[in-house]
Amino acid sequence: MRSLFSRNETLVALIIVAFCVVTAIVEPRFLTITTITDLLRNGIVIGIFAIAAMLVLVSGGIDVSFTAIAAFSMYSATKLMIALGVGDQIIVAFLVAAAIGLTLGLINAVFIGTLKLPTLIVTLGTLTAFRGFLLTFVGSQLITNVPPGMRDFARSMIFRGETPGGSFVAVPTATLFLVGAVVLTWFILNRTVLGRSIVAMGGSRESAARVGINVTAMQYFVYGYVGVLSGLAGIVHASLARVANPFDLVGLELQVIAAVVLGGARLTGGHGTITGTLLGVTLIVLINNSLIMLGIPSTWQNVVIGFLILLGTGMPAWQARRRAAASA
Amino acid sequence: MQTPNPSTTADPTASRLASPFRGDPTMARLLAITIAIFVVMSLLKPGLFFTWGNFSSMAFQFPEFAILSLAMMIAMLTGGIDLSVIGLANLSAILAAFVLTAFGPDLAAGGSAFGVIALAVATALAIGAIGGLVNGLIIAVIGIPPILATLGTGLIFTGIAVVLTEGQAVLGFPAAFSVIGNGSIYGIPVPLVIFAVLAVAVAFLLNRTAFGLKLYLMGTNALASRFAGVDNTGLTVRAYLLSGTLASIAGVVLMSRANSAKADYGTSYLLLSILIAVLGGINPYGGFGKVGGLVLAVLSLQFLSSGFNMLQFSNFAKEFIWGALLLLVMVVNGLQFGRTRPRAAAREGGNP
Amino acid sequence: MTDLPLVKLSGISKAFAGVHALDDVSLSVGRGEIVCLAGENGSGKSTLIKILAGAQGADSGTIEIDGQARGSLHPIEAVRAGIQVIYQDFSLFPNLSVAENIAFNDQLVHGRRLVDKRRNRRIAREALARIGVDMDLDRVVETLPVADKQLVAISRALLHDARLIVMDEPTTALTEREVRALLQVIRKLQKDGVAVLFVSHKLKEIFAVCEKIVVLRNGRKVADGPAREFDLASLTYHMTGRHVTAVELPPAPGEGSAELLRVEDLGRGSQFDGVSFSLRAGEVLGITGLLGSGRTDLAKALFGLAPADRGRIVVGGRPVAITSVKDAIGLGIGYVPEDRLTEGLFLPQAIGRNVAVGILDRFAGRSGVVDRPRLSDAVEGWVRRLKVATPSTALPVQSLSGGNQQRVVLARWLAINPRILILNGPTVGVDVGSKADIHAIIADLAREGLGVIVISDDLPEVLAACHRILVMREGRIIEEVGRDSADEDTLAHRLAS
Repeated sequence: MRSLFSRNETLVALIIVAFCVVTAIVEPRFLTITTITDLLRNGIVIGIFAIAAMLVLVSGGIDVSFTAIAAFSMYSATKLMIALGVGDQIIVAFLVAAAIGLTLGLINAVFIGTLKLPTLIVTLGTLTAFRGFLLTFVGSQLITNVPPGMRDFARSMIFRGETPGGSFVAVPTATLFLVGAVVLTWFILNRTVLGRSIVAMGGSRESAARVGINVTAMQYFVYGYVGVLSGLAGIVHASLARVANPFDLVGLELQVIAAVVLGGARLTGGHGTITGTLLGVTLIVLINNSLIMLGIPSTWQNVVIGFLILLGTGMPAWQARRRAAASA
Repeated sequence: MQTPNPSTTADPTASRLASPFRGDPTMARLLAITIAIFVVMSLLKPGLFFTWGNFSSMAFQFPEFAILSLAMMIAMLTGGIDLSVIGLANLSAILAAFVLTAFGPDLAAGGSAFGVIALAVATALAIGAIGGLVNGLIIAVIGIPPILATLGTGLIFTGIAVVLTEGQAVLGFPAAFSVIGNGSIYGIPVPLVIFAVLAVAVAFLLNRTAFGLKLYLMGTNALASRFAGVDNTGLTVRAYLLSGTLASIAGVVLMSRANSAKADYGTSYLLLSILIAVLGGINPYGGFGKVGGLVLAVLSLQFLSSGFNMLQFSNFAKEFIWGALLLLVMVVNGLQFGRTRPRAAAREGGNP
Repeated sequence: MTDLPLVKLSGISKAFAGVHALDDVSLSVGRGEIVCLAGENGSGKSTLIKILAGAQGADSGTIEIDGQARGSLHPIEAVRAGIQVIYQDFSLFPNLSVAENIAFNDQLVHGRRLVDKRRNRRIAREALARIGVDMDLDRVVETLPVADKQLVAISRALLHDARLIVMDEPTTALTEREVRALLQVIRKLQKDGVAVLFVSHKLKEIFAVCEKIVVLRNGRKVADGPAREFDLASLTYHMTGRHVTAVELPPAPGEGSAELLRVEDLGRGSQFDGVSFSLRAGEVLGITGLLGSGRTDLAKALFGLAPADRGRIVVGGRPVAITSVKDAIGLGIGYVPEDRLTEGLFLPQAIGRNVAVGILDRFAGRSGVVDRPRLSDAVEGWVRRLKVATPSTALPVQSLSGGNQQRVVLARWLAINPRILILNGPTVGVDVGSKADIHAIIADLAREGLGVIVISDDLPEVLAACHRILVMREGRIIEEVGRDSADEDTLAHRLAS
């Protein structure tokens, strides 16, 4: 029981429940299916990002460039789709975005895996470079008239219905991307030797190399995989927003990392779970979208998220410090 | 960095032979780069770049991010990072702006402009010090890793700034206030004077005082410094307090130059200050780096930026180049950073 | 049994940046043979191990396994050939379970793509059973005690029909009792036909377990032969290249000598309790005990790192409270920590700064501005007095050998002009030659009137270097013995019984 309560997952889950209960009391409208589907809709892109960011943290690195990769892949793929006249083929957008994302992710991997540079500063650099390249050489104009394939994708639903109260409820097909990312990443991390090698590498890189894990190859996989997920998330984002905006997404990265860290992933590597990550994302999305229902103006968002980061990382840090002091 | 390393040379005598050259290769390289950029830009645009007008305009531009880089440098020397500098700079500026606008009307009735401005600047410095203190306490006492702690406080500082201003700019300062950002003393821009004074002060602090020398040692190995009797907690708190105070000075300069304060000013400076620190030879793992290197990095970036403007590069192109440059510098310096990486390399080195 | 050696290295050379780490070294290990690879730090032992494990390639020379020559090995190939290395730090994954740690390599060697948890657990259980150990397979390794971590590392090495296990300084982190248990495990392995290459610079262990001894010095092989052809003196000579003489300890101070420190009924939490002793000027007091006996906790309490919560400390006749390191330093107490590399030194920083750290405040005065010329004179003086072998104090301390690094730490503390110096494991990881030098420094300090406390579980060391020895067990001092009235065996027995 003790260990259950000292876990971040439990803490975050409790905060989520408390938030929902209080909000429901203050604003009964909160407790509707519509709220849930709205939250889900708003959580798809940030959720995919968070899964990707979690994988990097588990491997012992940190990546802040994924939003730039997403914006780059999304905007380039959309432009290409229009230029090639295949606007009705959404699959083209996904394939192209995934390929671009993979390429950019592998660029990260070259600096991190091959040249062995510190991951935070490398990805800060690529974040800026990717975005600068996109805006200079690919384009900086909004594409408001997104290809029909993307519009259709945004309209397609895996579930559509009406509540007894008469409001519309719909779960977009895009949700499948989040589900897919969750299932695939969970499978890789827990059921494959590849995934266990990544976890092991996050625990101790030196030991990993000594048992014969190809550490560099693992890093190429991790950053490449993150690139692909980011590229796909970019298209999902543009489709749902019905606009390809090259200025979008960048700026979200720290919020995503905040969500992942709230979910219990450690910056030192080797620790992080899918459940925790999804809980962290839920909390951040709740705050971003429902704070106003609590009667707190949306200008307070940053303050609340900032406090949650300090609370979520401070409690375990403080406990660890107390334990260390007691046994010193 | 004078750190030849036995883990790669295997024999201590080898590094001894290599180091009678007591100069600092990183600094020498940086100086060469800075001069090269200056010469190239002067040759490319002689009528524009190599002019007093341009020198003067550059001297007004760089101090604000140079001061932020000093703040970043202090945090990086401890082995940490301060992602909250921009948020704290803006929050300090906004509160100073409130002081200016609240007492501004009095001026018309014959109040002292100097008094109000001094009060505003004092307010900004106090906010910077408090914010830095909070960062330091969270990092040193509670034990949250610096990157997460300052990510959190950065959001809070920015958030409070947004809440206070509802995201709007605060305007309407007394005319005399613009001297800080736009004035000159004997033809030397005031912001340049402020930066020069701060750079000298920080360099003195780091190299000549017990505080500074201990900071380098703690940044190299916090455990060893604790065992050597250094008060790590107090030292870390003071380092972030200094970082926060420097950030607030940058905020004041920024607001004076813009003649307004806003929650989202200077957001691109965060990356820039990290880029400058890394370019200037500050080891991201802590413990190594000099103010001289930082100044050279600031100058070379300003020369580049100014030159690119004359070559009509867009801001986006500059953004791309900054990112690429950061990566390039890391690759060039990479071996050194890799070598001075804390434990793993050291352990290996002990027994080749 | 064939005469063909299991592994034979011939003419192995390896250079780093032009400097020979290994120069034409040959070595063979027979089946089920226990061979000791001895040598001081920096002699090339670690490089040789890495080449054997496939972690590094040799520049020249061949590796023969079962008579088959190979140029170089990949880690996985080395494992397939039955070679397993247990590194000094065990190379475990702190965040994974015992079962996964043990089975991890196996998954890689068999090229498995999917994780089979049941199989991993079976493998782990069998591997632990081979050395007669029962352990919770699901426990996360970072929560295990050191000795258990080593057992996990050994059982992991036993998989894949290991035929040669290389143990790199396996006893560094272990207590006497655990060392004895380990040596038994090694003999058990030998009975099963497993060869062991035991890498160490601890002479006693070498003689306790090895059949053959190979000595490296400065990257060259300087001796190779059956263990019975060596004795302590000859082995020491081969390792150091010089004859090391025992250190003369000055006579114990008499009743007239000033009492520097008295401790009465000192305790902290459940770590130690009821500790009382006194220390006179000119005296070297040994405190020995197994890991977890409270010896290090007591030292940390005296130095203010983890203050005592009950009892009395009297320094120089006055009762004092030591609640922080600053208090301890103010009272003239210095502490040389156990782990030099992580707790003692700022490795990439200049030697001078490493020495100066303790006296910065003294040379800074109220303003905080350091008087650099005077500080530098003081530092240079101490570096000379302690004979740190370096051309310049501006060089990083990591350019020094282990013994010289330890002198830098000593110089730092002597510079504060202490009255009491606590040395925790002063010669751990220090080679034989430097060990004698450090003992000589300790004797010198005593001669100058310092009170020295040496904390160590290296019994020959406490017997050689201390006037009196306190034996700690389960947080209490159970016995005090004079150096003349004790011998190693009875002391060892008292520690563990």
